[in-house]
Amino acid sequence: MNEFKYLRASDASDAVSQFSKESKSKFLGGGTNLIDLIKENIEKPSALIDVSRLALREIKKTANGGVSIGATAKNSDTANHPLVRENYPLLSQAILAGASQQIRNMATNGGNLLQRTRCFYFYDPAMRCNKREPGTGCDALEGLNNYSAVLGWNEKCVATHPSDMCVALAALDATVKVKGADGKERTIQFADFHRLPENTPEKDNNLQTGELIIAIEIPKSNFAKNSYYLKVRDRTSYAFALVSVAVALEMNGKTIKQARIALGGVAHKPWRAMDAEKLLANAKADDATFKKAADAALKDAKALEHNAYKIELAKRAIVRALKKAVDGGIA
Amino acid sequence: MCENFPTYIAEEIQEPLTEDEAALLSEDDLSKLGKSRRDFLGKTALAAIAAQLLLHDQAFALKYMSDAPVTNNAVSELAMTVKMTINGAEKSVAIEPNVTLLDALRERLQMTGTKKGCDHGQCGACTVIVDGKRVLSCLTLAAQAEGLNITTIEGLGKGDELHPMQESFITHDGFQCGYCTPGQICSAVALLDEAKRGEISYVSTNISKKPPTKLSDDEIRERMSGNICRCGAYPHIVEAIKEVQNGKAEAKSS
Repeated sequence: MNEFKYLRASDASDAVSQFSKESKSKFLGGGTNLIDLIKENIEKPSALIDVSRLALREIKKTANGGVSIGATAKNSDTANHPLVRENYPLLSQAILAGASQQIRNMATNGGNLLQRTRCFYFYDPAMRCNKREPGTGCDALEGLNNYSAVLGWNEKCVATHPSDMCVALAALDATVKVKGADGKERTIQFADFHRLPENTPEKDNNLQTGELIIAIEIPKSNFAKNSYYLKVRDRTSYAFALVSVAVALEMNGKTIKQARIALGGVAHKPWRAMDAEKLLANAKADDATFKKAADAALKDAKALEHNAYKIELAKRAIVRALKKAVDGGIA
Repeated sequence: MCENFPTYIAEEIQEPLTEDEAALLSEDDLSKLGKSRRDFLGKTALAAIAAQLLLHDQAFALKYMSDAPVTNNAVSELAMTVKMTINGAEKSVAIEPNVTLLDALRERLQMTGTKKGCDHGQCGACTVIVDGKRVLSCLTLAAQAEGLNITTIEGLGKGDELHPMQESFITHDGFQCGYCTPGQICSAVALLDEAKRGEISYVSTNISKKPPTKLSDDEIRERMSGNICRCGAYPHIVEAIKEVQNGKAEAKSS
Protein backbone atom coordinates (compact mmCIF):
# COMPACT_ATOMS: atom_id res chain seq x y z
CA MET A 1 0.00 0.00 0.00
CA ASN A 2 1.16 3.53 -0.80
CA GLU A 3 1.90 5.78 2.14
CA PHE A 4 -0.69 8.21 3.44
CA LYS A 5 -1.30 10.31 6.51
CA TYR A 6 -3.92 9.02 8.93
CA LEU A 7 -5.96 11.70 10.68
CA ARG A 8 -8.95 11.19 12.93
CA ALA A 9 -11.71 13.79 12.93
CA SER A 10 -13.39 14.78 16.18
CA ASP A 11 -16.69 15.90 14.63
CA ALA A 12 -18.21 16.61 11.23
CA SER A 13 -16.98 20.22 11.15
CA ASP A 14 -13.47 19.08 12.06
CA ALA A 15 -13.66 16.42 9.32
CA VAL A 16 -14.52 18.82 6.49
CA SER A 17 -11.97 21.31 7.79
CA GLN A 18 -9.19 18.68 7.95
CA PHE A 19 -10.17 17.46 4.50
CA SER A 20 -9.74 20.90 2.97
CA LYS A 21 -6.32 21.38 4.59
CA GLU A 22 -4.82 18.26 3.01
CA SER A 23 -4.21 17.75 -0.65
CA LYS A 24 -5.70 14.59 -2.16
CA SER A 25 -7.48 13.56 0.99
CA LYS A 26 -10.25 11.00 1.35
CA PHE A 27 -12.74 10.37 4.10
CA LEU A 28 -12.34 6.90 5.60
CA GLY A 29 -15.45 5.07 6.80
CA GLY A 30 -15.37 1.30 7.25
CA GLY A 31 -12.68 1.08 4.59
CA THR A 32 -14.11 -2.09 3.03
CA ASN A 33 -13.85 -0.63 -0.49
CA LEU A 34 -11.39 2.25 -0.06
CA ILE A 35 -8.60 0.21 1.59
CA ASP A 36 -8.92 -2.39 -1.14
CA LEU A 37 -8.72 0.31 -3.84
CA ILE A 38 -5.61 1.75 -2.17
CA LYS A 39 -4.05 -1.74 -2.14
CA GLU A 40 -4.87 -2.01 -5.86
CA ASN A 41 -3.22 1.36 -6.44
CA ILE A 42 -6.45 2.71 -7.93
CA GLU A 43 -7.11 5.24 -5.16
CA LYS A 44 -3.97 7.18 -4.24
CA PRO A 45 -4.88 9.50 -1.36
CA SER A 46 -2.14 11.35 0.49
CA ALA A 47 -4.27 11.58 3.62
CA LEU A 48 -7.16 9.62 5.09
CA ILE A 49 -9.52 11.50 7.40
CA ASP A 50 -11.07 8.78 9.55
CA VAL A 51 -14.73 9.70 10.07
CA SER A 52 -15.85 6.25 11.19
CA ARG A 53 -15.97 7.25 14.87
CA LEU A 54 -17.94 10.46 14.39
CA ALA A 55 -21.09 10.69 16.50
CA LEU A 56 -23.32 10.26 13.44
CA ARG A 57 -24.52 6.77 14.30
CA GLU A 58 -28.00 7.52 15.44
CA ILE A 59 -30.99 5.91 13.80
CA LYS A 60 -34.07 7.86 14.85
CA LYS A 61 -37.54 9.05 13.89
CA THR A 62 -37.67 12.36 12.10
CA ALA A 63 -40.15 15.15 12.91
CA ASN A 64 -42.31 14.25 9.89
CA GLY A 65 -42.59 10.56 10.76
CA GLY A 66 -39.74 9.23 8.65
CA VAL A 67 -36.46 7.77 9.82
CA SER A 68 -33.00 9.29 9.77
CA ILE A 69 -30.07 6.89 9.61
CA GLY A 70 -26.67 8.25 10.55
CA ALA A 71 -23.80 8.19 8.08
CA THR A 72 -21.44 6.34 10.44
CA ALA A 73 -23.95 3.72 11.60
CA LYS A 74 -22.79 0.33 10.36
CA ASN A 75 -24.72 -1.46 7.63
CA SER A 76 -25.42 -4.43 9.93
CA ASP A 77 -26.69 -2.21 12.77
CA THR A 78 -28.91 -0.38 10.28
CA ALA A 79 -30.40 -3.55 8.80
CA ASN A 80 -31.16 -4.82 12.30
CA HIS A 81 -32.47 -1.61 13.84
CA PRO A 82 -36.10 -2.01 15.02
CA LEU A 83 -37.18 1.24 13.30
CA VAL A 84 -35.77 0.03 9.98
CA ARG A 85 -37.02 -3.55 10.31
CA GLU A 86 -40.50 -2.37 11.17
CA ASN A 87 -40.91 0.57 8.77
CA TYR A 88 -38.56 -0.22 5.89
CA PRO A 89 -38.03 -4.01 5.73
CA LEU A 90 -37.04 -3.42 2.08
CA LEU A 91 -33.95 -1.57 3.28
CA SER A 92 -33.05 -4.32 5.79
CA GLN A 93 -33.42 -6.95 3.10
CA ALA A 94 -31.33 -5.03 0.56
CA ILE A 95 -28.51 -4.36 3.02
CA LEU A 96 -28.46 -8.03 4.06
CA ALA A 97 -28.29 -9.09 0.41
CA GLY A 98 -24.94 -7.34 0.07
CA ALA A 99 -21.43 -8.51 0.95
CA SER A 100 -20.82 -10.72 4.01
CA GLN A 101 -21.59 -10.26 7.70
CA GLN A 102 -17.96 -9.25 8.34
CA ILE A 103 -18.12 -6.54 5.70
CA ARG A 104 -21.56 -5.30 6.79
CA ASN A 105 -20.19 -5.05 10.35
CA MET A 106 -17.45 -2.72 9.08
CA ALA A 107 -19.18 -0.76 6.33
CA THR A 108 -20.80 2.57 7.18
CA ASN A 109 -23.99 3.85 5.55
CA GLY A 110 -22.21 6.89 4.12
CA GLY A 111 -19.48 4.68 2.72
CA ASN A 112 -22.00 2.33 1.12
CA LEU A 113 -23.28 5.24 -1.00
CA LEU A 114 -19.72 6.05 -2.08
CA GLN A 115 -18.46 2.58 -2.98
CA ARG A 116 -17.08 2.36 -6.48
CA THR A 117 -17.96 0.08 -9.35
CA ARG A 118 -16.60 -3.47 -9.38
CA CYS A 119 -16.21 -3.40 -13.20
CA PHE A 120 -13.18 -5.63 -13.87
CA TYR A 121 -11.84 -3.08 -16.34
CA PHE A 122 -11.86 -0.41 -13.63
CA TYR A 123 -9.91 -2.70 -11.30
CA ASP A 124 -7.32 -3.83 -13.85
CA PRO A 125 -4.68 -1.15 -14.50
CA ALA A 126 -3.62 -2.98 -17.69
CA MET A 127 -6.99 -2.04 -19.20
CA ARG A 128 -8.16 1.32 -20.44
CA CYS A 129 -10.82 2.86 -18.19
CA ASN A 130 -12.26 6.37 -18.35
CA LYS A 131 -13.45 6.07 -14.78
CA ARG A 132 -9.98 5.23 -13.48
CA GLU A 133 -8.02 7.37 -15.95
CA PRO A 134 -10.23 9.90 -17.74
CA GLY A 135 -9.71 10.11 -21.46
CA THR A 136 -8.03 6.73 -21.94
CA GLY A 137 -11.06 4.88 -23.30
CA CYS A 138 -13.26 1.99 -22.15
CA ASP A 139 -12.04 -1.54 -22.78
CA ALA A 140 -15.23 -3.01 -21.31
CA LEU A 141 -17.23 -1.61 -24.21
CA GLU A 142 -15.96 -4.29 -26.56
CA GLY A 143 -14.55 -6.62 -23.93
CA LEU A 144 -16.13 -9.24 -21.69
CA ASN A 145 -19.04 -7.02 -20.74
CA ASN A 146 -21.43 -9.61 -19.32
CA TYR A 147 -21.56 -7.68 -16.01
CA SER A 148 -21.90 -4.26 -17.64
CA ALA A 149 -24.82 -1.85 -17.85
CA VAL A 150 -27.85 -2.11 -20.14
CA LEU A 151 -29.41 1.24 -19.20
CA GLY A 152 -28.00 4.78 -19.24
CA TRP A 153 -24.53 3.86 -20.48
CA ASN A 154 -22.55 5.52 -23.24
CA GLU A 155 -19.35 4.69 -25.13
CA LYS A 156 -17.31 6.32 -22.37
CA CYS A 157 -18.44 4.01 -19.55
CA VAL A 158 -20.55 0.87 -19.16
CA ALA A 159 -19.87 0.32 -15.44
CA THR A 160 -22.66 -0.50 -12.98
CA HIS A 161 -23.21 0.76 -9.46
CA PRO A 162 -22.52 -2.11 -7.03
CA SER A 163 -24.66 -1.25 -3.99
CA ASP A 164 -27.76 -3.16 -2.90
CA MET A 165 -28.61 -0.73 -0.11
CA CYS A 166 -28.76 2.16 -2.58
CA VAL A 167 -31.33 0.37 -4.75
CA ALA A 168 -33.71 0.22 -1.77
CA LEU A 169 -32.96 3.84 -0.83
CA ALA A 170 -33.75 4.92 -4.41
CA ALA A 171 -37.10 3.11 -4.26
CA LEU A 172 -37.92 4.61 -0.86
CA ASP A 173 -37.38 8.23 -2.04
CA ALA A 174 -34.54 8.82 0.42
CA THR A 175 -32.62 12.06 0.72
CA VAL A 176 -28.95 12.52 1.62
CA LYS A 177 -27.82 15.21 4.06
CA VAL A 178 -24.28 16.45 3.44
CA LYS A 179 -21.97 19.00 5.02
CA GLY A 180 -19.71 21.09 2.82
CA ALA A 181 -16.17 22.37 3.31
CA ASP A 182 -17.70 25.73 4.30
CA GLY A 183 -19.61 24.01 7.10
CA LYS A 184 -22.99 24.52 5.38
CA GLU A 185 -25.39 21.61 5.05
CA ARG A 186 -27.55 20.72 2.05
CA THR A 187 -29.97 17.94 1.15
CA ILE A 188 -29.72 15.92 -2.06
CA GLN A 189 -32.62 13.85 -3.45
CA PHE A 190 -31.45 10.24 -3.76
CA ALA A 191 -32.30 10.20 -7.47
CA ASP A 192 -29.87 13.11 -7.93
CA PHE A 193 -27.13 11.73 -5.69
CA HIS A 194 -25.58 9.23 -8.10
CA ARG A 195 -25.15 10.12 -11.76
CA LEU A 196 -24.89 8.66 -15.23
CA PRO A 197 -21.47 8.64 -16.91
CA GLU A 198 -22.14 11.35 -19.54
CA ASN A 199 -18.80 13.03 -20.30
CA THR A 200 -17.28 12.53 -16.85
CA PRO A 201 -17.53 8.85 -15.86
CA GLU A 202 -14.80 9.44 -13.27
CA LYS A 203 -17.50 11.12 -11.19
CA ASP A 204 -19.81 8.57 -9.54
CA ASN A 205 -22.02 11.12 -7.80
CA ASN A 206 -22.88 14.79 -7.48
CA LEU A 207 -21.06 15.48 -4.20
CA GLN A 208 -18.82 18.53 -4.27
CA THR A 209 -15.17 18.07 -3.30
CA GLY A 210 -14.87 17.86 0.46
CA GLU A 211 -18.57 17.29 1.16
CA LEU A 212 -19.25 14.78 3.91
CA ILE A 213 -22.39 12.65 4.18
CA ILE A 214 -24.06 13.27 7.55
CA ALA A 215 -27.24 11.21 7.34
CA ILE A 216 -29.75 9.56 5.04
CA GLU A 217 -33.41 10.30 5.58
CA ILE A 218 -36.28 8.13 4.46
CA PRO A 219 -39.75 9.70 4.37
CA LYS A 220 -42.76 8.15 6.02
CA SER A 221 -44.58 5.76 3.70
CA ASN A 222 -47.08 2.92 3.63
CA PHE A 223 -44.80 0.49 1.83
CA ALA A 224 -43.73 -1.68 4.78
CA LYS A 225 -46.34 -4.40 4.27
CA ASN A 226 -45.76 -4.94 0.56
CA SER A 227 -42.13 -4.60 -0.38
CA TYR A 228 -39.48 -6.98 -1.65
CA TYR A 229 -35.84 -6.97 -2.66
CA LEU A 230 -34.91 -9.62 -5.20
CA LYS A 231 -31.25 -10.10 -6.02
CA VAL A 232 -30.12 -12.37 -8.83
CA ARG A 233 -26.44 -13.34 -8.84
CA ASP A 234 -23.97 -15.97 -10.04
CA ARG A 235 -24.00 -17.71 -6.64
CA THR A 236 -26.61 -17.52 -3.92
CA SER A 237 -24.61 -15.48 -1.43
CA TYR A 238 -21.69 -13.06 -1.23
CA ALA A 239 -21.71 -11.93 -4.85
CA PHE A 240 -22.63 -8.71 -6.62
CA ALA A 241 -25.95 -8.51 -8.42
CA LEU A 242 -26.34 -9.39 -12.06
CA VAL A 243 -29.72 -7.75 -11.65
CA SER A 244 -31.58 -6.70 -8.53
CA VAL A 245 -35.04 -5.26 -8.03
CA ALA A 246 -36.45 -3.25 -5.13
CA VAL A 247 -40.24 -3.10 -5.15
CA ALA A 248 -42.37 -1.11 -2.73
CA LEU A 249 -46.14 -1.10 -3.06
CA GLU A 250 -49.02 0.55 -1.28
CA MET A 251 -52.05 -1.68 -1.75
CA ASN A 252 -55.75 -1.01 -1.61
CA GLY A 253 -57.27 -4.47 -1.61
CA LYS A 254 -56.23 -6.05 -4.90
CA THR A 255 -55.42 -2.71 -6.47
CA ILE A 256 -52.02 -1.06 -6.35
CA LYS A 257 -52.45 2.44 -4.98
CA GLN A 258 -48.88 3.46 -5.72
CA ALA A 259 -45.62 1.71 -6.57
CA ARG A 260 -41.88 2.25 -6.44
CA ILE A 261 -39.42 0.20 -8.46
CA ALA A 262 -35.64 0.54 -8.56
CA LEU A 263 -33.13 -1.68 -10.33
CA GLY A 264 -29.55 -2.57 -9.41
CA GLY A 265 -26.77 -4.05 -11.53
CA VAL A 266 -28.09 -2.49 -14.73
CA ALA A 267 -26.77 1.08 -14.75
CA HIS A 268 -24.15 3.54 -13.53
CA LYS A 269 -26.58 4.48 -10.76
CA PRO A 270 -29.49 2.84 -8.94
CA TRP A 271 -32.17 2.96 -11.66
CA ARG A 272 -35.66 4.20 -10.84
CA ALA A 273 -38.24 2.74 -13.21
CA MET A 274 -40.66 5.68 -13.22
CA ASP A 275 -42.55 4.60 -16.34
CA ALA A 276 -43.28 1.23 -14.75
CA GLU A 277 -44.40 2.93 -11.55
CA LYS A 278 -46.90 5.08 -13.50
CA LEU A 279 -48.37 1.98 -15.15
CA LEU A 280 -48.78 0.26 -11.80
CA ALA A 281 -50.47 3.17 -10.02
CA ASN A 282 -54.19 2.40 -9.54
CA ALA A 283 -53.86 -0.79 -11.60
CA LYS A 284 -55.04 -4.27 -10.71
CA ALA A 285 -52.29 -6.41 -9.21
CA ASP A 286 -52.16 -9.21 -11.77
CA ASP A 287 -49.62 -10.88 -14.05
CA ALA A 288 -50.63 -8.87 -17.12
CA THR A 289 -50.05 -5.61 -15.29
CA PHE A 290 -46.71 -6.80 -13.92
CA LYS A 291 -45.56 -7.87 -17.39
CA LYS A 292 -46.50 -4.48 -18.86
CA ALA A 293 -44.64 -2.70 -16.07
CA ALA A 294 -41.54 -4.86 -16.62
CA ASP A 295 -41.54 -4.12 -20.36
CA ALA A 296 -41.88 -0.40 -19.65
CA ALA A 297 -38.98 -0.48 -17.19
CA LEU A 298 -36.62 -1.96 -19.78
CA LYS A 299 -37.94 -0.29 -22.94
CA ASP A 300 -34.84 1.92 -23.30
CA ALA A 301 -32.38 -0.89 -22.50
CA LYS A 302 -29.52 -1.46 -24.95
CA ALA A 303 -27.41 -4.60 -24.77
CA LEU A 304 -23.67 -4.89 -25.33
CA GLU A 305 -22.18 -8.01 -26.90
CA HIS A 306 -22.37 -10.22 -23.81
CA ASN A 307 -25.11 -8.83 -21.58
CA ALA A 308 -28.37 -9.08 -23.54
CA TYR A 309 -29.46 -11.67 -20.95
CA LYS A 310 -29.73 -8.88 -18.38
CA ILE A 311 -32.69 -7.30 -20.15
CA GLU A 312 -34.88 -10.41 -20.03
CA LEU A 313 -33.55 -11.27 -16.56
CA ALA A 314 -34.48 -7.82 -15.25
CA LYS A 315 -38.01 -8.09 -16.69
CA ARG A 316 -38.61 -11.47 -15.09
CA ALA A 317 -37.07 -10.29 -11.82
CA ILE A 318 -39.44 -7.32 -11.77
CA VAL A 319 -42.47 -9.58 -12.29
CA ARG A 320 -41.34 -11.96 -9.57
CA ALA A 321 -40.52 -9.18 -7.10
CA LEU A 322 -43.93 -7.60 -7.71
CA LYS A 323 -45.66 -10.92 -6.99
CA LYS A 324 -43.64 -11.37 -3.81
CA ALA A 325 -44.44 -7.84 -2.67
CA VAL A 326 -48.18 -8.28 -3.31
CA ASP A 327 -48.05 -11.56 -1.36
CA GLY A 328 -46.80 -9.70 1.67
CA GLY A 329 -43.05 -9.51 1.08
CA ILE A 330 -40.96 -10.40 4.09
CA ALA A 331 -42.37 -7.95 6.63
CA MET B 1 20.87 -4.10 17.95
CA CYS B 2 21.35 -7.53 16.42
CA GLU B 3 22.56 -8.96 19.71
CA ASN B 4 19.15 -8.18 21.23
CA PHE B 5 17.44 -10.89 19.20
CA PRO B 6 16.77 -14.20 20.93
CA THR B 7 19.61 -16.59 20.34
CA TYR B 8 17.36 -19.21 18.78
CA ILE B 9 16.70 -16.88 15.93
CA ALA B 10 20.26 -15.59 15.69
CA GLU B 11 21.55 -19.18 15.62
CA GLU B 12 19.10 -20.32 13.00
CA ILE B 13 19.94 -17.51 10.63
CA GLN B 14 22.87 -19.27 9.10
CA GLU B 15 22.96 -17.23 5.97
CA PRO B 16 24.69 -13.95 6.69
CA LEU B 17 22.50 -10.91 6.61
CA THR B 18 22.71 -8.88 3.45
CA GLU B 19 24.15 -5.42 3.78
CA ASP B 20 20.66 -4.01 3.53
CA GLU B 21 19.29 -6.25 6.26
CA ALA B 22 22.20 -5.63 8.60
CA ALA B 23 21.69 -1.91 8.15
CA LEU B 24 17.98 -2.24 8.79
CA LEU B 25 18.40 -4.23 11.97
CA SER B 26 21.03 -1.91 13.38
CA GLU B 27 19.44 1.42 12.59
CA ASP B 28 16.80 3.18 14.61
CA ASP B 29 15.65 5.11 11.59
CA LEU B 30 14.02 2.51 9.39
CA SER B 31 12.55 4.87 6.87
CA LYS B 32 14.31 2.99 4.10
CA LEU B 33 12.62 -0.27 4.98
CA GLY B 34 10.28 -0.57 1.99
CA LYS B 35 12.83 0.37 -0.64
CA SER B 36 15.63 -1.69 0.86
CA ARG B 37 13.49 -4.79 1.09
CA ARG B 38 12.56 -4.43 -2.53
CA ASP B 39 16.20 -3.99 -3.52
CA PHE B 40 17.09 -6.99 -1.41
CA LEU B 41 14.41 -9.14 -3.01
CA GLY B 42 15.36 -7.91 -6.44
CA LYS B 43 18.98 -8.86 -6.08
CA THR B 44 18.57 -12.28 -4.52
CA ALA B 45 17.30 -15.56 -5.88
CA LEU B 46 14.04 -16.09 -3.98
CA ALA B 47 14.10 -19.88 -3.81
CA ALA B 48 17.48 -20.01 -2.14
CA ILE B 49 16.52 -17.70 0.67
CA ALA B 50 12.88 -18.59 1.29
CA ALA B 51 13.55 -20.38 4.58
CA GLN B 52 15.96 -17.74 5.72
CA LEU B 53 13.44 -15.05 4.92
CA LEU B 54 11.03 -16.48 7.43
CA LEU B 55 13.62 -16.27 10.16
CA HIS B 56 14.64 -12.81 9.14
CA ASP B 57 11.00 -11.73 9.19
CA GLN B 58 10.69 -13.07 12.72
CA ALA B 59 13.68 -10.97 13.63
CA PHE B 60 12.06 -7.91 12.06
CA ALA B 61 8.81 -8.69 13.82
CA LEU B 62 10.52 -8.86 17.19
CA LYS B 63 12.05 -5.50 16.61
CA TYR B 64 8.61 -3.91 16.45
CA MET B 65 6.95 -6.04 19.09
CA SER B 66 6.66 -4.42 22.45
CA ASP B 67 4.34 -4.34 25.41
CA ALA B 68 5.48 -0.83 26.26
CA PRO B 69 4.76 2.18 24.08
CA VAL B 70 7.33 2.39 21.35
CA THR B 71 8.88 5.81 21.13
CA ASN B 72 12.18 5.66 19.32
CA ASN B 73 12.04 3.16 16.50
CA ALA B 74 9.57 4.91 14.24
CA VAL B 75 9.31 3.17 10.91
CA SER B 76 8.87 6.44 9.02
CA GLU B 77 7.96 10.00 9.83
CA LEU B 78 4.30 8.95 9.46
CA ALA B 79 4.65 6.19 12.08
CA MET B 80 2.32 6.18 15.03
CA THR B 81 1.81 4.18 18.20
CA VAL B 82 -1.44 2.26 18.38
CA LYS B 83 -2.73 0.81 21.61
CA MET B 84 -5.30 -1.93 21.56
CA THR B 85 -6.45 -4.82 23.73
CA ILE B 86 -5.73 -8.15 22.08
CA ASN B 87 -7.13 -11.27 23.72
CA GLY B 88 -7.37 -9.41 27.01
CA ALA B 89 -3.82 -8.05 27.02
CA GLU B 90 -3.02 -4.43 26.31
CA LYS B 91 -0.68 -4.09 23.37
CA SER B 92 1.14 -1.14 21.97
CA VAL B 93 2.62 -1.27 18.53
CA ALA B 94 4.50 1.21 16.34
CA ILE B 95 3.07 1.16 12.84
CA GLU B 96 2.77 3.24 9.73
CA PRO B 97 -0.77 4.30 8.80
CA ASN B 98 -0.81 1.97 5.82
CA VAL B 99 -0.32 -1.18 7.93
CA THR B 100 -3.44 -3.31 8.19
CA LEU B 101 -4.60 -4.86 11.44
CA LEU B 102 -3.84 -8.23 9.84
CA ASP B 103 -0.22 -7.35 9.14
CA ALA B 104 0.18 -5.72 12.55
CA LEU B 105 -1.03 -8.95 14.19
CA ARG B 106 1.04 -11.29 12.08
CA GLU B 107 4.22 -9.39 11.41
CA ARG B 108 4.55 -6.94 14.26
CA LEU B 109 2.98 -8.89 17.11
CA GLN B 110 3.86 -12.40 15.91
CA MET B 111 0.27 -13.55 16.28
CA THR B 112 0.16 -15.69 13.18
CA GLY B 113 -3.06 -17.53 14.04
CA THR B 114 -5.00 -15.02 11.96
CA LYS B 115 -4.42 -15.96 8.33
CA LYS B 116 -3.83 -13.90 5.21
CA GLY B 117 -5.81 -15.41 2.36
CA CYS B 118 -6.77 -13.06 -0.45
CA ASP B 119 -5.87 -9.83 1.43
CA HIS B 120 -8.76 -8.15 -0.43
CA GLY B 121 -11.81 -8.92 1.70
CA GLN B 122 -13.07 -11.79 -0.39
CA CYS B 123 -12.18 -14.94 1.56
CA GLY B 124 -12.66 -14.34 5.30
CA ALA B 125 -9.44 -16.09 6.40
CA CYS B 126 -8.41 -12.94 8.30
CA THR B 127 -11.65 -12.69 10.33
CA VAL B 128 -11.19 -11.43 13.88
CA ILE B 129 -13.70 -10.22 16.45
CA VAL B 130 -13.51 -6.49 17.25
CA ASP B 131 -15.66 -5.21 20.11
CA GLY B 132 -17.87 -8.28 19.75
CA LYS B 133 -18.35 -8.00 15.97
CA ARG B 134 -16.59 -10.14 13.36
CA VAL B 135 -14.64 -8.04 10.88
CA LEU B 136 -11.96 -8.50 8.25
CA SER B 137 -8.53 -7.58 9.56
CA CYS B 138 -7.11 -7.28 6.02
CA LEU B 139 -9.36 -4.29 5.27
CA THR B 140 -8.98 -2.69 8.71
CA LEU B 141 -6.09 -0.32 9.24
CA ALA B 142 -4.27 -1.02 12.49
CA ALA B 143 -4.65 2.71 13.17
CA GLN B 144 -8.44 2.27 13.13
CA ALA B 145 -8.19 -0.31 15.91
CA GLU B 146 -6.87 2.22 18.44
CA GLY B 147 -8.46 1.54 21.82
CA LEU B 148 -10.54 -1.38 20.56
CA ASN B 149 -10.92 -4.86 21.97
CA ILE B 150 -9.72 -7.54 19.58
CA THR B 151 -10.20 -11.28 19.87
CA THR B 152 -8.21 -13.54 17.57
CA ILE B 153 -8.21 -17.32 17.28
CA GLU B 154 -5.41 -17.37 19.88
CA GLY B 155 -7.76 -15.79 22.42
CA LEU B 156 -10.78 -18.07 22.15
CA GLY B 157 -9.59 -20.91 24.33
CA LYS B 158 -8.54 -20.70 27.96
CA GLY B 159 -4.98 -21.94 28.26
CA ASP B 160 -4.99 -25.53 27.04
CA GLU B 161 -8.76 -25.71 27.10
CA LEU B 162 -10.23 -25.21 23.65
CA HIS B 163 -13.28 -23.08 22.95
CA PRO B 164 -16.37 -25.27 22.34
CA MET B 165 -16.36 -24.14 18.71
CA GLN B 166 -12.75 -25.32 18.32
CA GLU B 167 -13.65 -28.66 19.92
CA SER B 168 -16.61 -29.02 17.63
CA PHE B 169 -14.60 -28.27 14.49
CA ILE B 170 -12.26 -31.10 15.50
CA THR B 171 -15.13 -33.47 16.31
CA HIS B 172 -16.81 -32.85 12.96
CA ASP B 173 -13.70 -32.57 10.75
CA GLY B 174 -14.62 -28.99 9.97
CA PHE B 175 -11.43 -28.51 7.99
CA GLN B 176 -8.92 -30.24 5.78
CA CYS B 177 -5.87 -28.07 5.17
CA GLY B 178 -6.83 -25.79 8.05
CA TYR B 179 -5.85 -22.49 6.48
CA CYS B 180 -9.31 -20.93 6.55
CA THR B 181 -10.10 -22.48 9.95
CA PRO B 182 -9.10 -19.62 12.30
CA GLY B 183 -11.32 -17.29 10.27
CA GLN B 184 -14.14 -19.85 10.10
CA ILE B 185 -14.06 -20.39 13.87
CA CYS B 186 -13.93 -16.68 14.75
CA SER B 187 -16.79 -16.11 12.34
CA ALA B 188 -18.81 -19.01 13.78
CA VAL B 189 -18.34 -17.82 17.37
CA ALA B 190 -19.56 -14.32 16.46
CA LEU B 191 -22.42 -15.78 14.41
CA LEU B 192 -23.95 -17.50 17.42
CA ASP B 193 -23.80 -14.22 19.36
CA GLU B 194 -25.56 -12.45 16.49
CA ALA B 195 -28.29 -15.10 16.56
CA LYS B 196 -28.68 -14.65 20.33
CA ARG B 197 -29.14 -10.91 19.75
CA GLY B 198 -31.97 -11.71 17.31
CA GLU B 199 -30.18 -10.40 14.23
CA ILE B 200 -31.62 -11.35 10.85
CA SER B 201 -30.05 -12.45 7.58
CA TYR B 202 -30.99 -12.29 3.89
CA VAL B 203 -32.68 -15.71 4.16
CA SER B 204 -34.72 -14.82 7.25
CA THR B 205 -38.36 -15.13 6.27
CA ASN B 206 -39.76 -12.49 8.56
CA ILE B 207 -37.86 -9.28 9.01
CA SER B 208 -40.06 -7.43 11.47
CA LYS B 209 -40.12 -10.31 13.96
CA LYS B 210 -37.29 -11.81 15.98
CA PRO B 211 -35.98 -14.94 14.21
CA PRO B 212 -35.65 -18.23 16.07
CA THR B 213 -32.45 -18.36 18.14
CA LYS B 214 -31.66 -21.82 16.76
CA LEU B 215 -30.54 -21.25 13.22
CA SER B 216 -31.52 -23.53 10.35
CA ASP B 217 -28.86 -25.00 8.05
CA ASP B 218 -29.81 -22.40 5.42
CA GLU B 219 -29.38 -19.61 7.93
CA ILE B 220 -25.97 -20.91 8.99
CA ARG B 221 -24.82 -21.24 5.38
CA GLU B 222 -25.94 -17.72 4.48
CA ARG B 223 -24.38 -16.23 7.60
CA MET B 224 -21.08 -18.05 6.98
CA SER B 225 -20.87 -17.10 3.29
CA GLY B 226 -18.07 -14.63 3.97
CA ASN B 227 -15.70 -17.48 4.83
CA ILE B 228 -14.47 -19.44 1.85
CA CYS B 229 -13.07 -22.98 2.26
CA ARG B 230 -11.21 -24.21 -0.80
CA CYS B 231 -11.10 -27.75 0.63
CA GLY B 232 -14.90 -27.73 0.65
CA ALA B 233 -15.41 -28.64 4.29
CA TYR B 234 -18.69 -26.70 4.32
CA PRO B 235 -21.07 -29.54 5.36
CA HIS B 236 -18.83 -30.37 8.32
CA ILE B 237 -18.51 -26.72 9.28
CA VAL B 238 -22.31 -26.44 9.38
CA GLU B 239 -22.45 -29.59 11.56
CA ALA B 240 -19.80 -28.18 13.90
CA ILE B 241 -21.68 -24.92 14.34
CA LYS B 242 -24.99 -26.71 14.88
CA GLU B 243 -23.49 -28.82 17.64
CA VAL B 244 -22.30 -25.77 19.54
CA GLN B 245 -25.60 -24.01 18.91
CA ASN B 246 -27.46 -26.96 20.41
CA GLY B 247 -25.17 -26.98 23.42
CA LYS B 248 -23.74 -30.47 22.99
CA ALA B 249 -20.09 -29.49 22.79
CA GLU B 250 -20.40 -27.32 25.85
CA ALA B 251 -21.90 -30.22 27.76
CA LYS B 252 -19.18 -32.56 26.53
CA SER B 253 -16.28 -30.31 27.49
CA SER B 254 -17.50 -29.68 31.04
